[in-house]
Amino acid sequence: MNQRLLLSGDEAIAHGAKAAGVRFAAAYPGTPSTEIMETFARFPGSHAQWSPNEKVAFEVGIGASLAGARTLVCMKHVGVNVAADPLMTFAYTGVKGGFVLVSADDPEMHSSQNEQDNRTWAKFAKIPMLEPSDSQECYDFTGLALDLSEQFDAPVLLRITTRIAHSLTPVEVREWTEVPVTGFTPDIPKYVMMPNWARPRHQAVLQRLEALRQYSETTPLNRIEWGDRQVGIVTSGISYQHAREALPGASIFKLGFSYPLPLEKLREFASQVERVIVVEELEPFIEEALKAHGIACEGKKYFPVYGELNPTLAARGLVQAGVRSEPVAETPAPVEVLPRPPVLCAGCGHRSIFYALRRMGAHVFGDIGCYTLSALPPLETVHACICMGASIGMAVGVSQTQGSKRPVFAVIGDSTFLHSGITGVLDAVYNQANVTIIILDNHITAMTGGQAHPATGMTLQGKPTKSVDFVALAKVLGADHVETIDPYDFNATWETLKASVARPGVNVLVTTRPCMLFPRKVKQEPYIIVAGDCNGCGVCLKIGCPAIARSGEVTDKNLAIPVIDTAACTGCRLCADICPQDCIILKSQPGRESEVKA
Amino acid sequence: MTLATENPAPRAAAAVLQLKSMNILIVGVGGQGVLLASAILSEVALLAGYDVKKSEVHGMSQRGGVVSSHVRLGTVVHSPVIPNGAADVILAFEKAEALRWVHELKAGGFLIVNDQKLVPPIAVDPKYVYPDDALELLQGRAERLRVLNAAAIARKLGNERLANTVLLGALSTGLDIDLDLWRQVISRRVPKGTAEANLKAFEAGRNQ
Repeated sequence: MNQRLLLSGDEAIAHGAKAAGVRFAAAYPGTPSTEIMETFARFPGSHAQWSPNEKVAFEVGIGASLAGARTLVCMKHVGVNVAADPLMTFAYTGVKGGFVLVSADDPEMHSSQNEQDNRTWAKFAKIPMLEPSDSQECYDFTGLALDLSEQFDAPVLLRITTRIAHSLTPVEVREWTEVPVTGFTPDIPKYVMMPNWARPRHQAVLQRLEALRQYSETTPLNRIEWGDRQVGIVTSGISYQHAREALPGASIFKLGFSYPLPLEKLREFASQVERVIVVEELEPFIEEALKAHGIACEGKKYFPVYGELNPTLAARGLVQAGVRSEPVAETPAPVEVLPRPPVLCAGCGHRSIFYALRRMGAHVFGDIGCYTLSALPPLETVHACICMGASIGMAVGVSQTQGSKRPVFAVIGDSTFLHSGITGVLDAVYNQANVTIIILDNHITAMTGGQAHPATGMTLQGKPTKSVDFVALAKVLGADHVETIDPYDFNATWETLKASVARPGVNVLVTTRPCMLFPRKVKQEPYIIVAGDCNGCGVCLKIGCPAIARSGEVTDKNLAIPVIDTAACTGCRLCADICPQDCIILKSQPGRESEVKA
Repeated sequence: MTLATENPAPRAAAAVLQLKSMNILIVGVGGQGVLLASAILSEVALLAGYDVKKSEVHGMSQRGGVVSSHVRLGTVVHSPVIPNGAADVILAFEKAEALRWVHELKAGGFLIVNDQKLVPPIAVDPKYVYPDDALELLQGRAERLRVLNAAAIARKLGNERLANTVLLGALSTGLDIDLDLWRQVISRRVPKGTAEANLKAFEAGRNQ
């Protein structure tokens, strides 16, 4: 029986994939795509897994597809860059079981380092692309994408954005269908991409593209909603919803199948309206294609090429274009309120490392994860951050050019290290760099909400599995010195970091404390500040701990006395270790004056 | 495969009840329970026959950052994002956050503020000052303003954890939705064995 559920776009894709008989699914976590695989993993009867990175997820997906299983591979937009190598050539070989690649883009960079528009990948790889505009379409299009993948022998890109992935809208879900795994059948000229076989496959791709173009002309996914013919809006994905709201009476050409474009149908549409306006987020992907094919239109003249589109920006652009008469209401100016940036949790093991690196005056090359927050005040100790794994390469490059007179460090999280840090260590070892690499091992993929990885000893489903030993791995890669550090022991951490700076060669240091939130919240006995002994030096306020605040009381020299929120304090001891007055003590420690009242 | 998109008629038209459309913005600080509150509201609205869309940005929500959740309901809802200045109701879990978002309230809108103060860690730097006078500043910015101390009300009921349900009770007074639907969804979504206490908290939030 069909059921009506309120689902996020991510959840709807997982449900749609299961209903359409997906047997194999792989992903590397990344906002806003993570919940697809977390949801799919709860369905029995299919294989679901985290892979160490998106390239591997894509490659195991290729294997599953060639084995004849319907396959789903999911990643965030920048993950597709990592998976691009197999993607570009899998586009040549084609599939056996239907293969859907979900790219979850992040316009506005709510949780990303760039806001690239991955519609471009469909054109680059010459593969079909579907763009759902709500959760129901996420559900329906996933099944349809699998059908199309098999019908046209091509991997299909299902492209969503944050506001699709993380918006909940009603979805009619159907019963699951079983699609058997048909098995691998060797076909050397089709699957072995040596030049002699790749050349004819490229020809096959071009023929396929033509067939897809014809499909695009007739599919109901590309539909016209006729209205006022003075203006025709061409749009896709979430932009459709914003445009529909901003100009309710207009004729709209809604593209659900947005590569290859239905150019003839669009030309016909354009001929029946007075003006064509393309409403799209980020790049002028549709607009440029229309113009290249001689279809007169306007678009980015009125809408930004950066950030998220929303109903207000859509309306404003349409007013500017002169097609919406109702002006956009001006809102009152926002009230200036102090910012509330996200912070490292109380007790986070990363904090003491960054505090030490700051004190040392180091140049720190960072990576993707919670610890990137250490670039913000008060720590301000990440000096470059580019992409997954880049920390090590950057630190090596600086070290090889002797471009820094300061100690040079690479800092990288455990999940990120396994994703793409290992080859960076190989470079450092092979080319004999002088560098210290700190693996901030909190035993989880924390930033995306606590996912397992190959060093957690747990699978996606929480079942026990083998676990990578970072120390053994670093040694076998050839690091000159490998050592663990307990970041809760600040003095020892400080000495270890100092020693590593003095030691030539490749140093790898591995931290040992788990994440405060995942897989379970950590709480040890809290510390308190003995107010009577505090001289207001403020050192403990400079570590960015959310459990330490100004108490409102001051010393006789009018310096602020801090207070620890014992409910929030997890007992990591960093503030106690660095307090020059030695006035931060365990709550239960007897014989000292009591804490200041908050 | 039958595609919903083959039928260009809006899908929610099945429930043609000529319902009033509403934009509800729920704001607070990561960890306060904003996303659960908006999930409960959305489910209630769906049961009431509305088309519903709820949108928010996750990611930083567990690390003490600003959290905002958009809930839109009506006969047909297109964009999941509330246009600027078009919120009919804002429910703020924290008073500085109420101040941060109040410009999104429509003229004549309803602002509900939880009288709670959460000072962000950045305020250890004296150049960042927490607005202790947030409630006074809000006076005059919202035509209908309701301030309640959900934690105090919850404590009176015997458990501070009921504060979020108290806030949902307050929110329900701004929406014309059958109270039984609220009770039904709350009972289903709260931890086992706490339904009765939560329903009491919901009533307390309505009556404060």
